[in-house]
Amino acid sequence: MQERVKSPKFDIIGTRPIRPDGADKVTGRAKFGADHKIAGQLVGKVLRSPHPHARIKSINIAKALALAGVKAVVTREDFKEQSPEFIPAGEMLVNYRDVLRNVLAREKVLYEGHAVAAVAATSETIARQALKLIEVAYEVLPHVINEVEAMKPGAPIVEDGMITAGVTPPPTTPSNVAKRVEFTLGDVAKGFKDADVIIEREFNTKPVHQGYIEPHACVASVSEDGTAELWTTTQGHWIARAHCAKLLGWDITKLRVTSSEIGGGFGGKTVVYMEPLALALSQKSHRPVKMVMSREEVFRASGPTSGANIWVKIGAKKDGRIVAGEAILKYQAGCFQGSPVQPGCMCAFAPYDLENVKVVGYDVLSNRPKVAAYRAPGGPISEYAVESVVDELAATLKIDPIELRLKNAAKEGTKAAYGPKFGPVGLVECLEAAKNSPHWKAPLGKNQGRGMASGFWFNIGGETTVSLQLNEDGTLTLMVGTPDIGGLRASLAMMAAEELKVPYAKVRPIIADTSSLGYNFLTGGSRATFSSGMATVEAARSIIKQASGRAAKLWEIPEDAVSFENGEFRPAGDNAGKHKPMTLADIAKVAGKTGGSIVGYAAISAQGAAPSFGVHIADTEVDPETGKLTVTRYTAIQDAGKAIHPSYVEGQFQGGAAQGIGWALSEEYIYGADGKLQNAGFLDYRIPVASDLPMLDTIIIEVPNPRHPYGVRGIGETPIIPPMAAIAAAACKATGVRMFELPMSPPKVLKAMKDAKAGKKA
Amino acid sequence: MAKHHVSATVNNDPVEFLCETDQTLLDCLRDELNLTGAKEGCSSGDCGACSVTINGRLVCSCLVLGVEANGMKIETIEGMAQGDKLHPLQQKFLEHAALQCGICTPGVLIAAKALLAKNPNPTETETRYWLAGNLCRCTGYDKIIRAVMDAASEMRKGA
Repeated sequence: MQERVKSPKFDIIGTRPIRPDGADKVTGRAKFGADHKIAGQLVGKVLRSPHPHARIKSINIAKALALAGVKAVVTREDFKEQSPEFIPAGEMLVNYRDVLRNVLAREKVLYEGHAVAAVAATSETIARQALKLIEVAYEVLPHVINEVEAMKPGAPIVEDGMITAGVTPPPTTPSNVAKRVEFTLGDVAKGFKDADVIIEREFNTKPVHQGYIEPHACVASVSEDGTAELWTTTQGHWIARAHCAKLLGWDITKLRVTSSEIGGGFGGKTVVYMEPLALALSQKSHRPVKMVMSREEVFRASGPTSGANIWVKIGAKKDGRIVAGEAILKYQAGCFQGSPVQPGCMCAFAPYDLENVKVVGYDVLSNRPKVAAYRAPGGPISEYAVESVVDELAATLKIDPIELRLKNAAKEGTKAAYGPKFGPVGLVECLEAAKNSPHWKAPLGKNQGRGMASGFWFNIGGETTVSLQLNEDGTLTLMVGTPDIGGLRASLAMMAAEELKVPYAKVRPIIADTSSLGYNFLTGGSRATFSSGMATVEAARSIIKQASGRAAKLWEIPEDAVSFENGEFRPAGDNAGKHKPMTLADIAKVAGKTGGSIVGYAAISAQGAAPSFGVHIADTEVDPETGKLTVTRYTAIQDAGKAIHPSYVEGQFQGGAAQGIGWALSEEYIYGADGKLQNAGFLDYRIPVASDLPMLDTIIIEVPNPRHPYGVRGIGETPIIPPMAAIAAAACKATGVRMFELPMSPPKVLKAMKDAKAGKKA
Repeated sequence: MAKHHVSATVNNDPVEFLCETDQTLLDCLRDELNLTGAKEGCSSGDCGACSVTINGRLVCSCLVLGVEANGMKIETIEGMAQGDKLHPLQQKFLEHAALQCGICTPGVLIAAKALLAKNPNPTETETRYWLAGNLCRCTGYDKIIRAVMDAASEMRKGA
């Protein structure tokens, strides 16, 4: 076991209080994206391409504009061209040429559902009629949907003139491969030479959608003086502000963005779709404009994550020690470059302490919607493939899959193939907990099988600002800028209360708008509790320091002669004199007279985010007649560093597992030969429903992150990584056949079982 | 065409509104009556976020026309708490952390209340199948199911 920092004793952290936004969320009072309304608002609607790939020859809006009740129409003519250079937008690098084109098509439409024009009208009915009156002349072009097809010479080129980056010398002909990336450690050729066993396999996965239940929605209001307000459901309103201001050519300060309550994001609400259109329509019409996507639009035109083709080769000694790992990842980017293939490459072998690794990735364009981030973007795909081969390796070597992983597990000091050395990490603890769990030892029924898999995700920190104000009655208002999607306000209020030794209920956290607080990067990368928590603690410590100063002033002693213990400011020692201890509330009461309001402010770039490893165990049962796989028991184990509010940590484990189960068994984008999406609705795009799932057991491991004041690690993304491989391993035990494709839907499982049976007979 | 005049009872209050022929009950609740607790997740009856009851029967309000509500007794999430006293289901959802983003929560609560009215002692499987029409993308349903069963148990004790 590694040496561990001992957790201090906490009063509030680790308890499970009711979330501050709870009552509003169970009474229907909470205002989500589509719940905001302004007097006089118009309805905005988007005209979308019926073709997967076509050149736009002309757009005629005259008839639409002439319709009574239509107040504005915007097309490509209303937006200035943007540079193709990648430039920073907050923490992200963004190519605004592509962002602009995804918001509204310019030369070509690149996927079915691509936005071509938008209208604002006095009613939904009129807006719909207006869309029908917009005349678009298309020159239909050949399209390509599959990533492997898209990489072949002669495939239709999605982006004219695209030359693959990361290849020396650069190719002379355009292709759909935007980028090639490579990560190497050691010498794989030498590693494979030393191997006793080598397994190589090819996998295919389909795009899956984040599936948030709340469609994208926003209300924009542009004033005659050029200032503007935007209410939107987003994971990052500073990012939305940056993108909108850039695309519209406005000064950032003119645009104030308020994030509504957000009905799920999972990465999909980190980009803008309708927001710039709503602002442009409002500017043109001089009226507020509300836009809400339909579910069909969400599926057709907002980002799923990549489908992919993956090849993995692993070599090991007889005793189970892995000596080399190699992978080639081909990820769909959608119609613009920027698939998550790079993080996919980086985390492919991250759970293992290996000497020889080589991973090559390709970012491949096709006529699909541009992919958006989805919970640990890139990780679930590559780790599914690697974990599946590791499971097969364990079976081949007749070694227990947990033991095989323990033999090779990444730990403190392990140099990851993507560069850094790990600090304290909890993979070994998770594996041990899995081995000792009642689940791993429980008997299985007929047609059932059990599998497990590990998962790794980086987690990030980044730009974060919070303001914590001490009110005159001693209560506190905490303003943060990372939208709360799953209990964040509870965790942050708990950290402030812990630090200040005040009751949890005395701290009221709110999500501030972009004009009320300094810059905040978005809620993503599992950073919100980590980064906003770090800033909250810093702000609370500033309050303690300021309050100590006030006590010192009142007592006429030096500031460093005041100590803060158990919620009281008191003279540090006998030399400081005898003074009655004061609470924070006592000091708040006299703040006005001792120097003014006391506000803790922290504007930081949070450093020291630490990875979180997880291990999942899944049992599946196969129906031999239909091939349907059902998950019958599930356990998610993960290192949280420190669980601030354990219920919401468990909730992240469970939610990630459920999304992974959907990815494994039932979710996929299905395209016809015509390049059109065939299942743009919840009936045909099947996310898990309550009757599909068992209870999802959780075990929280706490290996504190030494670089966070309370030991926090990000935990939101890791739980979507292990499910696919764990279920594939379990399915292999239940069916006797190994599957290399997601989703493992009934027809595929049935066919694999039949083929295996036929193969045995032959 | 002229709008239709609809009279109904919503959460025990008499209401009147005008609606278009093709306007859904969900849109009437949200846009005409400003009751935005019922959510639109799909408008095709697949997600259950718009669940309400009409004369005690659980429906997706996106699949009901506003005009069909005439003379009916409708209950929405806004009517679930009594004064400042939350319904046991609401309370248990908070205690169990049975919501993360909360967008599905109003619909799940309405559906769960309808379940307990029919079956005060549901098994886990019965609860799961009853709520299969209410999609939740955040929680994996575990804490939702526990909260509903815990509320049922408490309500049985109170009955």
